[in-house]
Amino acid sequence: MTAGPILRIEGLRTRFGGFAAVDGVDLDVPRGRTLGIVGESGCGKSVLSLSVMGLVPRPGRIAEGRVLLEGRDLLTLPPAAMRRVRGGEVAMIFQEPMTSLNPVHTVGAQIVEAMRAHEPKGQGSARDLRERAIAALRRVRIPSPERRFEEYPHQLSGGMRQRVMIAMALACAPRLLIADEPTTALDVTVQAQILDLLRELQAETGMSIILITHDLGVVAEMADEVAVMYAGRVVERAPAAALFEDPQHPYTIGLLGSVPRLDEERTRLLAIEGSVPPPFALPPGCRFAPRCPFVAEACRAEVPALRGIGPAHGVACLRAPVELAA
Amino acid sequence: MSAPLLEVEGLARHWAVKGGTVRAVDGVSFALGRGETLALVGESGCGKSTTARLALRLIEPTAGRVRIDGTDITGLSGGAMRRMRRQAQIIFQDPYASLNPRLTVGEAIAEPLIVHGIGDAASRAARVRELLGLVGLAAWQAGRFPHEFSGGQRQRIGIARALAVQPALIICDEPVSALDVSIQAQVVNLLKDLQARLGLAYLFIAHDLAVVKHMADRVAVMYLGRIMEVADKRSLFANPRHPYTRALLSAIPQPDPRRRGMVKPLGGDVPSPLNPPPGCRFHTRCPHAEAICREVEPPDVEVAPGHRSACHFAAALPPVEALAGEGLSPIAARRLALFAERKPTQSAPSTLT
Repeated sequence: MTAGPILRIEGLRTRFGGFAAVDGVDLDVPRGRTLGIVGESGCGKSVLSLSVMGLVPRPGRIAEGRVLLEGRDLLTLPPAAMRRVRGGEVAMIFQEPMTSLNPVHTVGAQIVEAMRAHEPKGQGSARDLRERAIAALRRVRIPSPERRFEEYPHQLSGGMRQRVMIAMALACAPRLLIADEPTTALDVTVQAQILDLLRELQAETGMSIILITHDLGVVAEMADEVAVMYAGRVVERAPAAALFEDPQHPYTIGLLGSVPRLDEERTRLLAIEGSVPPPFALPPGCRFAPRCPFVAEACRAEVPALRGIGPAHGVACLRAPVELAA
Repeated sequence: MSAPLLEVEGLARHWAVKGGTVRAVDGVSFALGRGETLALVGESGCGKSTTARLALRLIEPTAGRVRIDGTDITGLSGGAMRRMRRQAQIIFQDPYASLNPRLTVGEAIAEPLIVHGIGDAASRAARVRELLGLVGLAAWQAGRFPHEFSGGQRQRIGIARALAVQPALIICDEPVSALDVSIQAQVVNLLKDLQARLGLAYLFIAHDLAVVKHMADRVAVMYLGRIMEVADKRSLFANPRHPYTRALLSAIPQPDPRRRGMVKPLGGDVPSPLNPPPGCRFHTRCPHAEAICREVEPPDVEVAPGHRSACHFAAALPPVEALAGEGLSPIAARRLALFAERKPTQSAPSTLT
């Protein structure tokens, strides 16, 4: 058991009314490592993570699939048990720490609250909890944690707020941390600090991370395994090195070409024409077909399944590798 | 004759707030020539967007001069200022917030023409169709409302509206920051195409140095209301002479797992512009700071032709390690080329008068 993935997602389908925002996703989160999920807005990456957490907002609901944490299907847990998993074994941080923190309570009170929520009653005196909360702040490298404990969220910078969120998320020693665009709202120098911190904490605790991002630079920096999502489906899955070395899916190729690079001078970026289809207006067959320069007749006929093409490398494209596409 | 198109000198904007003065922009000078792109980069709160607005007098400066085409606009009256704005237009980060939801796209694009008394109804309608084509939208979309468009399309509408009065300069305030990467690339390509066709100059405000490297001819790096370093793009990226520029560049995670772990985070946060640190504003985070940096504000010195840095140790900084990686893998590069080759050549702008 210990060697297997910590989290396995099987055939997950999350529907909002008539359409599926996540439409048949299979993924493994490697133990003690980081799975990066990349995609643009509307690809379903955030709904995927909310599905794992059992936090899909109404009217959304999980229609099919299994989410196995250490072999236990989270989707079948009663609400009370799921609450214990959330913030206990699995924790989550979001893009905008200010909206996730309560502005009228001190930072310290909120960390203590998070600890209390997940522990049996009567465990630890107020002073113990305070000490542990301060230790949690220290652990995420917040300077003068005793002073910060007494402060309100608005007194902290964006980077410090995200550190507080990480401290809260880690308060109950989760085995899996889901980080949904954790650095997108931060300046680049602060982003570098937070990514560094996440890496250090992972090395310390051995936790697994699902890192959701639109930024291929962040993925390259952080992820061991990568899943590229497009319009609700995983279109390519690979170890990070293989994905950048040998990108197979035309969408992955297009994304790589869309990003301006520091190490190359290109006169024109390779823009992907058109935009991501909304889930209520999906094209038949491969969802990327209308934007794909390699599209063939067959692509419009059926949704391609993810097929293995190398060690742990899968692609959902009939035309890959594209140099062989006539 | 050879006056720069936009010249900014000692520009400052201070805001009185409870507890002191916020020095949002605190003595900024630069010049921008015709057809040129100057990027202003920096992190949030560095004053880059305020500088953009000051350059058009959308905010009145506390001190300093702005000259457009040689004319000092700081003292111009309403009518004269309005005429001057035909020379210089602006596009914003959030095109949705800058489009009136109750005007059709055609009306929004025609509005500057009406304001400036250009043409009659028929010629304006023709111009709107032409402008839509220029930015890669269809003429029939003139009757649609902003909410019917995607983010990238709305940014195209904003660009069309800015182009309506045939300006020589467009100030682009984070024009692609809110867009998804594939859409960002479309808009960046469009801006470059338009510049080549129309000889536009851009003052390009951004926080993403990789986008800036792609767009700009010259780059000015701002920190807490001041320009720290300004140089030709090549010179700046190959040999940055200010520790802040170096920190910014090395903080960018690059799409290359072979470079993993090479990002070296700078400590601390940007200090408040309410009480900027004395001496060099960057000294609280600078790995090279010495006693003089805490006391004396560094002068802006030319370290190479056209390359200026406001650092006491600009000339003495150690050489930079290679900041960039080796580029795309050969397989990825080949597939990218195939993708580009087969891509339908769509967004090429249509004809222009």
